[in-house]
Amino acid sequence: MGQAIISLRDVSYRYPQASPQRRPALSGITLDIAPGEYVAVAGANGSGKSTLVRMLDALLLPTGGTVSIDGLDTREAANRDRIRETVGMVFQDPDSQIVGATVADDIAFGLENLGLPPEEIDARLAAVAGRFGLTELLEREPYRLSGGQKQRTALAGVVALEPRVIVLDEPTSMLDPRSREQFHALAAELWSEGTTIVYVTHLLEELALAGRVIVLDAGVIAFDGTPRELCAAPRRMEALGLEPPLAVRLARALSRRGIELEPPLTLAELARSVCG
Amino acid sequence: MSRLRASATPIGRYHPGDSLLHRADPRSKLVASVLYVAVLFLVRGYPPLLLMAGLLGAGFLVARVPPAWLYRGMRPVLLLAAVTFVFQLFFYGEGATAHLGPLTVYQEGIREGGFLAARLVLLVLSGTLLVLTTQPLSLTDGLARLLSPLARLRFPVYELALMMTIALRFIPTLLDEFERISLAQAARGADLGRGGPWSRARNTLPVLVPLFVLSFRRADDLALAMEARCWRGGRGRTSRRVLAFGWRDAVLAVAVAAVLAAALWIGRFR
Ligand SMILES: Nc1ncnc2c1ncn2[C@@H]1O[C@H](COP(=O)(O)OP(=O)(O)OP(=O)(O)O)[C@@H](O)[C@H]1O
Ligand SMILES: [Mg+2]
Repeated sequence: MGQAIISLRDVSYRYPQASPQRRPALSGITLDIAPGEYVAVAGANGSGKSTLVRMLDALLLPTGGTVSIDGLDTREAANRDRIRETVGMVFQDPDSQIVGATVADDIAFGLENLGLPPEEIDARLAAVAGRFGLTELLEREPYRLSGGQKQRTALAGVVALEPRVIVLDEPTSMLDPRSREQFHALAAELWSEGTTIVYVTHLLEELALAGRVIVLDAGVIAFDGTPRELCAAPRRMEALGLEPPLAVRLARALSRRGIELEPPLTLAELARSVCG
Repeated sequence: MSRLRASATPIGRYHPGDSLLHRADPRSKLVASVLYVAVLFLVRGYPPLLLMAGLLGAGFLVARVPPAWLYRGMRPVLLLAAVTFVFQLFFYGEGATAHLGPLTVYQEGIREGGFLAARLVLLVLSGTLLVLTTQPLSLTDGLARLLSPLARLRFPVYELALMMTIALRFIPTLLDEFERISLAQAARGADLGRGGPWSRARNTLPVLVPLFVLSFRRADDLALAMEARCWRGGRGRTSRRVLAFGWRDAVLAVAVAAVLAAALWIGRFR
């Protein structure tokens, strides 16, 4: 592990409009993420996942502790432009993040904000559109896109800015299983090229893609380890409000019948250890 | 509720095409439209008006706008023009009289009423031609660039242009949501779209309130997403769309300048 690209020290956050009696949305979060990691963030509804990842792009500023991105403190206003160029973000609701009146305009939005010359904008636009299968759709208006196409547009708009970290906040929760698979493949591809990925998810199947899982519970880190370690403790998972993946539940059911298997993570792994 | 979209008039909507007018620079079209309207209010009498109507007619021909479609959209305006005309008839009480069926009216009233009605129609038609041949996005873009000198005076030109663009982008989304909420309320037994205009307006309230709440939440989310994508206001921003004056703009400029000058010249003798 080299120098951490994301570093949180004893971070807490309280929403200004929340009543003072309520517990803070986040507390005592200390966390380092190295360049090139693929980190999944899980947890029950309201556990603070979105709040946490919004800290990473200086969209929310910690009320206690420090968040630094590539060594830059998010509380310094002068750092914010650099931080947002380093960290790109895809949100859950496709309709609330597409700004442009067409796909092309939306992908270009961030590039225009950076003040790039038009030729450079066009070159990057063409490149990401080709890569994300959006070339045919460039002149489409957002309301004529499917959910999957909208999320691909949003991701393309972020990738065009060439950020070193991409944060995805439940990007597939409004997609059908096939678009979801496609989206995972894209994220994995970006990761294999060296982009650091922080992937917030509800879906345990999505955890298996990550090298590391962080589970939040009521605003604190309740687990930080590999997905395999997490799934090896199904009871603990349930206590954290997570349902173990299907493969884990199947293996557990089999073990109750006396069939002991290597603890699997995915159905493919389970199939292999059953048949192999 | 898809009635909403089906009944939308062609006025105020882009009519796709690739005519000379469609492909001209939005800035030249905007300037031409503004000059046209200015001259429309400067000239008096029918001959210059006729000339200007000719220019506009040529524009619609060039843009290949289906006349029947245009007429359908113009009907409310024509009605308004007719009301204007009738109003003027009773406004004049001097001079030579004329007989209009059983009515006795004054010639001056007919002339003035006709003039005002025709001017109104031309006014709406000129704006319609601009919007029919220019994508909303190019329109806001052109407007922002024309007004960009004002940005130096701290006038938020880019922000306003972006606001207009986003508003345009969200109209279909809001219509979809309107439809969805209507269905949801109808499923709960709400009686939408029945009764007279008053009760119908009152019945949309249970649809509009959630729509507003939803829109505000969405605006918050959108602001966050824009910030995440390095939005820092208009300063230092570039644009993907390169606008350049071409031969189409030259043709447009010469035609408009010639006709407007002629109209002013003829109008001068009145
Ligand atoms: N704008 C806000 N104002 C006040 N409280 C908020 C706000 N947004 C979130 N909270 C509260 O902060 C806590 C954490 O919310 P957060 O959205 O981070 O959870 P989450 O893990 O992302 O949940 P979900 O899985 O539903 O997306 C919750 O208790 C929530 O009620
Ligand atoms: Mg969330």
